[in-house]
Amino acid sequence: MMVTAQINGRSRTWEAKGSESLLFSLREELGLWGSKGACEQGECGSCSIMLDGKLVCACLVMAVDAHQSEVVTIEGLRESGSLHPVQKAIVEAGGVQCGFCTPGFVVAAAALFEENPAPLRDDIREALSGNICRCTGYGAILRGLEELAEENR
Amino acid sequence: MTTRVGARRVKGGVGESPIRADGVPKVDGTYLYSSDLYMEGMLWGATLRSPHPKAKVTRLDIAPALAMTGVHAALVNDDVPGCKTFGLEHADQPVLGSEEVEYWGQPVALVAADHPETARRAAEAIAIEYEVLEPLTDPERAAAEESVFRRQWVRRGPQEDQGRVAVEGYYEVGMQDQAPLGTESGLAVPDDRGGVDLHISTQWTHADHGQIAACLGVADDMVRVHHAGVGGAFGAREDVSLQIHLCLLALRTGRPVKMIYSRSESFTGHVHRHPARLWYRHEADPDGTLRRVRSRIIIDGGAYHSTSSAVIGNAVFHAVGPYRCDSVTVEGIAVRTNNPPCGAMRGFGAVQACFAHEAQMDKLADALGMDRVELRIRNALGAGDPLNTTGQILSTPLPAVELLERLRAMPLPPAEPGDDPRLLPGGTGLATPPSAVRRGVGYAIGIKNLCFSEGFDDYAEARVVLTPFGAEVRTAAAEVGQGLGAACAQIARTALGVEDVVVYFDDTSQIGSAGSSSASRQTQMTGGAVLEACRALKEMALQRGGGDRLDDDGVWRDGELVASLADLCRDGNLEYHTRYRHPPTVEPDADGQGDLHADFALAAHRAVVDVDPELGLFRVAAVDTVQDVGYMINPQSVVGQIEGGIMQGVGLAVLEEIVVEDGVIKNPTFTDYLLPTFLDAPEVGVEVVEEPGSFGPFGAKGVGEPPTVSSTAAVVAAIRDATGLELNRAPVRPEHVALAAPLNPARNDG
Repeated sequence: MMVTAQINGRSRTWEAKGSESLLFSLREELGLWGSKGACEQGECGSCSIMLDGKLVCACLVMAVDAHQSEVVTIEGLRESGSLHPVQKAIVEAGGVQCGFCTPGFVVAAAALFEENPAPLRDDIREALSGNICRCTGYGAILRGLEELAEENR
Repeated sequence: MTTRVGARRVKGGVGESPIRADGVPKVDGTYLYSSDLYMEGMLWGATLRSPHPKAKVTRLDIAPALAMTGVHAALVNDDVPGCKTFGLEHADQPVLGSEEVEYWGQPVALVAADHPETARRAAEAIAIEYEVLEPLTDPERAAAEESVFRRQWVRRGPQEDQGRVAVEGYYEVGMQDQAPLGTESGLAVPDDRGGVDLHISTQWTHADHGQIAACLGVADDMVRVHHAGVGGAFGAREDVSLQIHLCLLALRTGRPVKMIYSRSESFTGHVHRHPARLWYRHEADPDGTLRRVRSRIIIDGGAYHSTSSAVIGNAVFHAVGPYRCDSVTVEGIAVRTNNPPCGAMRGFGAVQACFAHEAQMDKLADALGMDRVELRIRNALGAGDPLNTTGQILSTPLPAVELLERLRAMPLPPAEPGDDPRLLPGGTGLATPPSAVRRGVGYAIGIKNLCFSEGFDDYAEARVVLTPFGAEVRTAAAEVGQGLGAACAQIARTALGVEDVVVYFDDTSQIGSAGSSSASRQTQMTGGAVLEACRALKEMALQRGGGDRLDDDGVWRDGELVASLADLCRDGNLEYHTRYRHPPTVEPDADGQGDLHADFALAAHRAVVDVDPELGLFRVAAVDTVQDVGYMINPQSVVGQIEGGIMQGVGLAVLEEIVVEDGVIKNPTFTDYLLPTFLDAPEVGVEVVEEPGSFGPFGAKGVGEPPTVSSTAAVVAAIRDATGLELNRAPVRPEHVALAAPLNPARNDG
């Protein structure tokens, strides 16, 4: 069926075939490669996006269910050329190695900081426990986001 | 930090942690991985895999797939035009197992179609029948039947009993998955003269290149392998997975073909860490002097060779750990079975050995009534000592005593776990009250060889170019996330004095091999090549300009600019190309003796684990480490490697195992194969010892693997300490603790 949704503030229409996931649509139909597919079952958070203001795994959303909804992906976070504060915090702290999980972490962390601009250490860890990073051991990501939380306090 | 560089500091040079060039594209989502490639008119590939660990294919008919709308090709092994087998060290694996299959999940046929779903359905539509055969899945039976890839002995010193105190043990390590977040993926693009360009995530483009060209049956220059963004590796991308398949499909269809493995497919699509069985006997004098170590190690290589020979070599030569001992016997056997093929994973044989030798050292300390760390310090190996197994005199710094002493002095976490359920064993979903928690502390130290060993001709090429705008570093080395690009740029900045440095990751037609991004080798090897090239290039520039100093403006003499970069490059860019080699190594003799290794590094770990013995739940509260790093070219990257490596060791200790039953993987998903999450992450304290290594730029040693070698052993030691249980297997599972014999109530109750 034809699906129309607001993607990063722009109205986009595409044909979603069969059981296609929203993740597949974003990547292969709309060319938004920033959201990554890694587990296809909502375990790793690499495809984290905002759907009508809620943090979801795009691999678990049917594309057709996104009809008439508002979607923000990693591509929508970088506003007017400058990095989002969580992007800046993570990259400066060295929280990026292979980077495959990073877009998902950024979207999930942005959602956390939107709700709570100064989360405590273990709140950060809990909020991001749905995102798996295989490279960093999470230490640098935590240091970056704790520093951002401290700045916001 | 000590500056080891004579010249003035260049911004972004060695010893700093500048933001890596791929950092912003990765954090804003624009960095392209091998799964993010697209070409107009491209097709999608899919793979049909064997549902049996051993079978003969009695019927294989691709016609039903070809009859489907949107399907452009279906291929079997007969369609492979060149060599029908491939392999990293031995070409023993069929490109497609279309006649017989040797492991569960082995590729048997390929399809290309206009949509991934069509391709998947077409692969399923292929008519295939099997005569199912009995698989060989027991590694000890395989050893008995001489189904063996390599048997390696070490016989050094007296071969009879030596010490008055002896301890014995049997240990097992499970099959771990590298679980890089990016699954296998790539895009093959045919050219108009029968050649192909492959864009792929890999650890070693040139090794892929050779295998692809051989199987396609084309000249080397008909294939070009290009780096595409790598979503983690850890050994999983050292062997060929879908590289040859993609090229076959592209050449057959004349169209670009893309393929992405699903997560489940990825579990069968790459080799894993070898499961191991290890028998040990340690003998010592009553004063704690280690006198003799005997060991037998069997690792299960699965159905095809991959790097099993090198892995068992590593397990054998690292079997004793970083201790002085002059009477050693080790028998190592890598067996061939119908289990999933195993090969490279971070730590590469040293992890399995370390798990056992460190458990033995604890056991020995207990039998001697000695402090466990004290026993290690008493026997610690150092520079100038012969390596216990091979007899090689160690010329590289090996600060084992300093590592252990500093580790012991690091502050421990708060004595009580607190009452935040998120930080208790089992987390919020399970009801471990703080009063039920027993805490244990475990120590371990490991040794790891750096770079390739056993006589392998190990080299890395690099080219450095001076242009009117700055410098370019060109290499075929794989940036797998470890930060190699940043390290190369920093080395070049410091060595040239030029700040504007860009690193290019060339394809296989543009430059020679840099070797694999594995064995903790690239900082030393490609970094070494870059340093060598930069020094020569700087000399060329100074000569041409007639000056004594080079920077971004050009060549200076006595404080005056005498030639700009543009002047220097008037007749063309200046460039220097080099092939860098580390000191040569040799193959072992029949007793495993010889100078087999180029370099070594150490790491020591202390783990603090909270255990709920009744429910068999663990929380790794802290892992502290001191690591022998030589010199930190990029401190932030070094700490990142150490923290990430520790986490993979923690995973192997308490969570991660590929469960194989009768040759079949039972948990090929991230729901069932458990990876450590943010809440599982311990507090990690990192200290380093910077004692410059025997080679490697500015004294740097590789840092990627040592964190994974001994962290597993330390975590399990801590669980033993908390519970008093023997726990001879990694990973420790809840039932190993909860269903074990009652605990000694005297332990740890204070």
